[in-house]
Amino acid sequence: MKQYDKLLKDLAPQKFGILGKVWITFLAVIILIALYAYYQQFDKGLVITGMRDYALWGVYISNFVFFVAISLVGSLVTAILRLSGVKWATPLTRISEVIAVAAIMMGGLTIIIDMGRPDRILNIFLHGRLQSPIIWDVLVITTYLFISLLLLYYPLLPDFAILKKHFKNKPKTSKWYGKLSLNWTGSAKQERIYTKSIRTMSVMIIPVAFAIHTVTAWLFATTYRGGWDSTNFGPYFIAGAFVAGAGAVVMLMFILRKTYHLEDYITDMHFDKMGKLLVLLCLVYLYFNINEFLIPAYKSTKEEAAHLHGLFFGEFSLMFWLAIIGGLVVPVLVLVFRKGRKPIPLFIIAIIIVIGAWWKRYIIVTPTLLHPLLPIQGVPESWHGYFPTALEWAITFGTLAAALLIMTILFRYLPIVPIHETAEEKGFLKTEETETL
Amino acid sequence: MEEDKKKSRRNFFELGIKFGLLATVGTVAVAKAMDDEDSSGMVELMSTDGNIIQVPASEVHDVAHKQHDDYDPRVGIPDKKFVMVVDLAKCTNQLKCQESCNKNHYITGDNAWLKVYKMQESEKTAPYWMPTLCQHCDKPPCVKVCPVDATFKRQDGIVLIDNERCIGCRFCMAACPYSTRVFNWNEPDQPAAAHEGEYTPDYTGKPSVKGTVDKCDFCPHMIQMGELPHCVSACPNDVYSFGDMYEDAVTNGSGQTFKLSKLLKERAGHRLLEGLGTEPSVFYLPPVNRIGDFEEGMENYTEFQSVKKTEE
Ligand code: SF4
Ligand code: SF4
Repeated sequence: MKQYDKLLKDLAPQKFGILGKVWITFLAVIILIALYAYYQQFDKGLVITGMRDYALWGVYISNFVFFVAISLVGSLVTAILRLSGVKWATPLTRISEVIAVAAIMMGGLTIIIDMGRPDRILNIFLHGRLQSPIIWDVLVITTYLFISLLLLYYPLLPDFAILKKHFKNKPKTSKWYGKLSLNWTGSAKQERIYTKSIRTMSVMIIPVAFAIHTVTAWLFATTYRGGWDSTNFGPYFIAGAFVAGAGAVVMLMFILRKTYHLEDYITDMHFDKMGKLLVLLCLVYLYFNINEFLIPAYKSTKEEAAHLHGLFFGEFSLMFWLAIIGGLVVPVLVLVFRKGRKPIPLFIIAIIIVIGAWWKRYIIVTPTLLHPLLPIQGVPESWHGYFPTALEWAITFGTLAAALLIMTILFRYLPIVPIHETAEEKGFLKTEETETL
Repeated sequence: MEEDKKKSRRNFFELGIKFGLLATVGTVAVAKAMDDEDSSGMVELMSTDGNIIQVPASEVHDVAHKQHDDYDPRVGIPDKKFVMVVDLAKCTNQLKCQESCNKNHYITGDNAWLKVYKMQESEKTAPYWMPTLCQHCDKPPCVKVCPVDATFKRQDGIVLIDNERCIGCRFCMAACPYSTRVFNWNEPDQPAAAHEGEYTPDYTGKPSVKGTVDKCDFCPHMIQMGELPHCVSACPNDVYSFGDMYEDAVTNGSGQTFKLSKLLKERAGHRLLEGLGTEPSVFYLPPVNRIGDFEEGMENYTEFQSVKKTEE
């Protein structure tokens, strides 16, 4: 009983402290700047970006790919690990679902930001044609968002019921949690439906998750351009997505554990396991990278050679090697050692992984476009290259800040570590329930 | 002389339709017609195997305007398949085609739809000038990827863009291997003439719209009037010939008509990036026995400009 009270006290949502308020203000300011920048774009057109007819996609699209990639972690931790019976991942499920929901929402928004005519978005539904990979993307992303929301919400039902009781002396809060719990009583029948639906959705979300990122890869792979024209692109993107997503989970684990004092629930063991998982994921991704770069380099067709030269030695080489060595090789080398998997070094590595993953998307999108099949002629010299403008950066950072804001708000009102499941696993729940009966 | 040239040019399309009909009633003659009827009431036609034959003029019915009534710019002109032949041996980078295209389509951006590339495959091979426009592919990758059917292929082979529907995703630009599509990054600063009349997708650039894609439209608005696309008539060297593949005839800016299959065979025609399977409607004749020196063209060559800005 005492243990359970402590658990509740530890895991129930907490008000923002001063630091939290500063953080929220900080994010809000970035978002406001982005809104101003977007207003400029809406008014004047995409001319305010660095994109032009050759570099026809830019940081928005790479940012979109990044969001979709990150969102895949929801399916990795909640579905793949859950279904394979990995018990240690329970405290991480909510974190990864929240990441998935926030990222996929902002991914969808980013695509709209990239559109030349966002006012015509409804055309996608009025005139959509199934043969376009964009329509596939719209379909799978909405499905994924929907399942992810459910997969976030369902496991929360018992937690909401617990919180309703917990906040008894705050009637308003209590009422809200009560409503959200949809009359959860924990009866055997409810438990049965609950377990079954979570299981079903965990199974369902895996193909959908694979689909969203495979289709995203196909946006590129269905073209003829050197660097994109690859049959390896789907699995290559998925492997990269798991690395990025797992990195993001580690970052959040570390930060949330510190701010909300969750040391008893998110333990060094969790960091150790996530570190090991990251080694595996990085190795798989490295393998796909080798396929993606070695074979075209070996053949060195004219287009591929020009593209690869830019990556290996040319203007993109710094980003490229940072992403490969910093974002993949170094993490493997550090994380194979037990000491490297301690929270602090792992946290630092995770930051590098996530930043590397972001830049990796940038160098998947931009360099290819600058090496078309016919030469670039008859356009202003500046069109031969691409770098985002200040307004473009402002909008991009705005979407990243918005994703963080969604997560922050969700973590303010939801238990970060699932209360019900944790209590059940620790065997506290039985006593509590019999007592209240 | 000048008059004559104009006349035959204007007629190329209507004649095409006449003889197209003849073919359907069982005559082999479909292509080239001599304007002048002789006294016996016979007209000369070119049969599909390239022989000149004589047919009574009374057999030739004028049906030129028949299908214009129910013409739908999304469907195109029935029983036609428009093609173009670009003779690289004649191109000296005069850029009259580009000028005319830019002017008649009110192009105000920084990237022309028709560009004359300075090409050289390798250091050891000769450089040449290569005019490029939308290839109006028969398997158009741009159409395949468009999510909203804003870019579409008509029955007569022309690929167009409906800029009232385009959402500006630019996927078609990424998909086009010929880099022929341009985007309206800002509000196009077009002359008033571009905004006259009702918008129809078969006159691209009238007007251009912010946030949507433009490209060469093969000038359906000219074809409708029985005239040749702007670039074809503007070229002083007769680099371009335009016509209907089903008639197996293409006509150049001076009004000369050629049998397409014969031309392609004799001059060893090819298409750009054939290996991709896009099946372009534009054919190229190789730059052999050229009419001018490559160097001549360097005078007009501007690496960083394809749309001349009018001085204010
Ligand atoms: S050349 Fe490009 S724009 Fe034109 S039809 Fe082919 S793919 Fe489409
Ligand atoms: S930019 Fe317009 S025409 Fe091109 S694919 Fe998108 S909607 Fe279609």
